[in-house]
Amino acid sequence: MRASHPPQDTLLPADTVEVPGFGLLPLAPFALPGFGQGSVLGGWLVRALRQLLLALLPWLLPLTLLGLWQLSSAMGWLSSRVLPAPLDVAAAAWRLSASGELWVHVKVSSARALTGLAIGGGMGLLLGLLTGSLRLFETLLDSTVQMVRNIPALAMIPLVILWFGIDESAKLFLIAVSVFFPIYLNTFHGIRSVDPGLIEMARSYGLRGWQLHRQVILPGALSSILVGLRFSLGLMWVILIVAETISAQAGIGYLTMNAREFLQTDVVLVGILLYAALGKLADWLARTLERSWLRWHPGYQAAH
Amino acid sequence: MTQTSISPLPAAPSRGLALRTESLSKRYGARTVLNNAQLEIQSGQFVAIVGRSGCGKSTLLRLVAGLEPASGGRLYIGGAPSSGLREDTRIMFQDPRLLPWKRVLDNVALGLPPEQRAAAGRVLEQVGLAERLQDWPARLSGGQRQRVALARALVHQPQLLLLDEPLGALDALTRIEMHGLIENLWLRHGFTALLVTHDVQEALALADRVVLVEDGAIALDVAVDLPRPRHRGDPRFAALEEHILNRVLQRPPREDTPPQPTASDWPGTPAHGLRWAI
Repeated sequence: MRASHPPQDTLLPADTVEVPGFGLLPLAPFALPGFGQGSVLGGWLVRALRQLLLALLPWLLPLTLLGLWQLSSAMGWLSSRVLPAPLDVAAAAWRLSASGELWVHVKVSSARALTGLAIGGGMGLLLGLLTGSLRLFETLLDSTVQMVRNIPALAMIPLVILWFGIDESAKLFLIAVSVFFPIYLNTFHGIRSVDPGLIEMARSYGLRGWQLHRQVILPGALSSILVGLRFSLGLMWVILIVAETISAQAGIGYLTMNAREFLQTDVVLVGILLYAALGKLADWLARTLERSWLRWHPGYQAAH
Repeated sequence: MTQTSISPLPAAPSRGLALRTESLSKRYGARTVLNNAQLEIQSGQFVAIVGRSGCGKSTLLRLVAGLEPASGGRLYIGGAPSSGLREDTRIMFQDPRLLPWKRVLDNVALGLPPEQRAAAGRVLEQVGLAERLQDWPARLSGGQRQRVALARALVHQPQLLLLDEPLGALDALTRIEMHGLIENLWLRHGFTALLVTHDVQEALALADRVVLVEDGAIALDVAVDLPRPRHRGDPRFAALEEHILNRVLQRPPREDTPPQPTASDWPGTPAHGLRWAI
């Protein structure tokens, strides 16, 4: 590794590329006949190629693995019952989405997840506001909540099946219970950590009740509440997967369990990748919310 | 008090509120922080309270502001007995206490009815921040934040303005600028001002009277009969400063400092380190 970077690009030998961690690597495989080093067009092309190579570098390993995977499936080293070839998975995804089947399941699963989140998260927010703002409710409720919090939601599956049967309400209940706690705890904590000086100031400036909550306490607790929301979004998908594999007539869990029955490993893989994509999407949405609601916060300001 | 919207400069001077305390006391448990304080301030006067840290001067101000109840004695504001927060009294704290999630203009408009929001912009102009209306408080310097806090207090047209060491955290040059600004605004608006400070020079630069608080009681009350604006180089200024400082230094400092009981505004206790999610 060179001790210092060259001050300007032009100091680099034209047929090398600077790779972080490796110093200068020769670009010999990319050298094209007919473009001499002295020609302007040649220099531009080499620079463009260097840029391209640098941009592609992070994708090198995953693409190689994917290639190896495809190769071993094609050569018959890897049984399609264990792992279908990537191209087969892509084909299955294309087939399912073209027939519209995929979107039906995605819609059902997302509706389930979001309804559960709305119920559980809404209750967590309300109860957190109550216990965070009023001492009486903290004394009354908090120790109970702390106790119930330690029961894993999935441990309640047998009981939930007895209570709700195996239909929609059982799934919603499981999701709602598990997203409740992160939001409740972070709301409670967020409200308690609002600067008491700001509250004293706002009171002395005539703010009371709902106005005090809306203008001072809630915004002060917001970053904490959003942390709870992100935890909840992660949990939401985990619980949804389990709840949908118990029994369902539609949804991504149903799609994968059904495919398992018929040994359609490519469809199973499509389902797994769908969960990954939906989870990523939910996290991206939460980050976007953070960036727009907390744009006053120096820690969340996008660089500009 | 009559609620009228702030008129553009120059504002018609409204008379400030007179203030009187009768053996005002404050105890935290067994400890007496303020002991039979007697203070009388005429309408429109600028009074500075000086003293060592922990002498009870900030507690006196918090009692006058209605942020805390007194343990004994009586407080009269505008001739009538007063307790609790008042519409016509505003306080400026040592830290600006701006809401970081509101832009400068919205911070100043805090607690204003919507039809008076325009006044917030005009007062920000008076403190020299007309350009920064839409900035986040995090982007301002310390002095600018205190000017926003001053604007926020003035937009309510207080008849009594309480200043709790508002310049304590600023650098020397910014303080001198702020002295001029506060003096101008006081002359223009005509409110009664009560300033708590540990800086005798600051007290002499601004106040008509300097009151020294020692061990929870008023130990000295000096009228400052110097023409405004005051100059630090003036020999009378220096003589007064020496007189007051000598008096302050006669006694050793008290060991303990009173708590800042802001936590009493909380219905509950803070939850420490509670952020478990699963």
